[in-house]
Amino acid sequence: MAEKVLMKGNEALAEAAIMAGCRHYFGYPITPQTEIAAYMAKRMPLIGGTFLQAESEIAAINMVYGAAAAGKRAMTSSSSPGIALKSEGISYLAGSDLPALIINVQRGGPGLGGIQPSQSDYFQATKSAGHGDFRLIVLAPASVQEMVDLTFKGFDLADKYRMPTMLLSDGTMGQMMEPVSLDMGEVKEYDKSSWAACGTKCEREHNVVNSLFIQPDELEKYNFERYERYAQIEANEVMYDEYRMDDAEICIVAYGVAARVSQNAIDKARENGIKVGMIRPITLWPFPKAVLNAAADKVKSFVCVELSMGQMIEDIELAIRCKKPVLLCNRTGGMIPTTADVLSKIEEANNIGGDK
Amino acid sequence: MEHKRITLFAGHYGSGKTNIAVNYALHLKESYEKVNIADLDIVNPYFRTKDSEAFLESRGIHLISSEYANSNVDVPALPAEAYAIIDDESIRAVIDVGGDDRGALALGRYAPSILRQNDYEMLLVINKFRPLTPDCASTVAVMHKIETAAGMKFTGIINNSNLGDETSADDIIGSVAYAQAISEASSLPIKMTTVKEDLYESVKDKVPDCFPIRLYVKQSWAKAITE
Repeated sequence: MAEKVLMKGNEALAEAAIMAGCRHYFGYPITPQTEIAAYMAKRMPLIGGTFLQAESEIAAINMVYGAAAAGKRAMTSSSSPGIALKSEGISYLAGSDLPALIINVQRGGPGLGGIQPSQSDYFQATKSAGHGDFRLIVLAPASVQEMVDLTFKGFDLADKYRMPTMLLSDGTMGQMMEPVSLDMGEVKEYDKSSWAACGTKCEREHNVVNSLFIQPDELEKYNFERYERYAQIEANEVMYDEYRMDDAEICIVAYGVAARVSQNAIDKARENGIKVGMIRPITLWPFPKAVLNAAADKVKSFVCVELSMGQMIEDIELAIRCKKPVLLCNRTGGMIPTTADVLSKIEEANNIGGDK
Repeated sequence: MEHKRITLFAGHYGSGKTNIAVNYALHLKESYEKVNIADLDIVNPYFRTKDSEAFLESRGIHLISSEYANSNVDVPALPAEAYAIIDDESIRAVIDVGGDDRGALALGRYAPSILRQNDYEMLLVINKFRPLTPDCASTVAVMHKIETAAGMKFTGIINNSNLGDETSADDIIGSVAYAQAISEASSLPIKMTTVKEDLYESVKDKVPDCFPIRLYVKQSWAKAITE
């Protein structure tokens, strides 16, 4: 389908998952991601797939575990508090080296919070998606087109590295409508025969999918091996976008909806003669540390724009080794920064000397 | 086109009902003193008519919507005040119905009164660029489901085929055949084809019953910001 269609972010994501070969979707409704489940409920029966509304988020993630263990591309989606409920299952997926795609269309928190958009699950996604030593690849779309592209990419990365991958979206991305192309090319197939529990036909030894290890040294060995894989991902899979950074003296760092507001603010600030640009992380893990650290040698200050009380800002400060000041421009609880909010923070950053 | 006392906009999820309803209410306001717009959407959590409330009120158009719209209260509530526009015959009413049969279910509550008064137009909003209604058969199937859920029959079609910001004149001209096919299959007249104001001049001679519309929802994260 090369021609463009007009889609809501959540629908586009669901269709992209189907096009990526996902035929097993397990979910439980929660605003603002319910359109994903509604779309899957309509489409999956028409294409021989499985849509199942589980009895809870915990059940849904464990159904994903089952389908993934059988070597199938599986997906679940939820929003912030629902992802917290899935965290045990996510850790089990990681501990069993199973690929799966987990979608978080973030809403305001903590607690039941609210249904309006938020980015306050950054810590949860990048640092604490569950217990134990593990990582998730975390992808952050900033348009409906990227909801599509990164869903497709997310399944591929999950299979390539045999690990759960998260698409960290937010309510705005899920609910907004934009024209998209669903032309994503071929799905790359990965050989899962060495580990998938999909029937021996009495022709081979059993494949065992498991995260329990009786001997601690064995568990340690697997953890070390897994982190060697994570190091490869950090070396090879970082994705980011640069906007007007060539001569920038101020660097905005923002992802998702915050990056869209920031881009409009940058254009306005440039009209006022302020040299500001943006580095937009597309992978939140692996975080684009090297490009930020290099930028820190050129710019005089950074502005982190996020819909949280300041979470990604810690990774920016670490990435740049605290070489330059990082200002925070934020709204939370379901509120979105305005262009004027970002513009005034850019002006503040512009008044900071470059000597720190 | 002639103006019935009540105009309802229904259609497939995401076909553009809310924005058309806002535009149409403004159009009615040019001819009538009392114009109300009612948001009966029980499906969408964001991007509701409520976003345009201040603007509408400034133009003298009263908005009736759930007190929970755009809040954190995630309940599909209907505004009690909606009965007022059904009963008060001095009001020209525009009703924005929720998407698909699920959204149109809410209309069933008001359908008997609207039918009894028999002074309404119920318009099917269609968009060929929505992936689940790209052709006549799929669009007519959605239409029948909505009619069953609402307990009301459509009286006309609004061709709102668009690709958002990227809509071209050719997209609109090319959508006329799609709308005509649906018109023939459903025996409903095409009341209008909507077109963004900036494309109006280039398509008005090629598209019958062109109605220029403006996108009234402006957000800080939108690609192009008009202040």
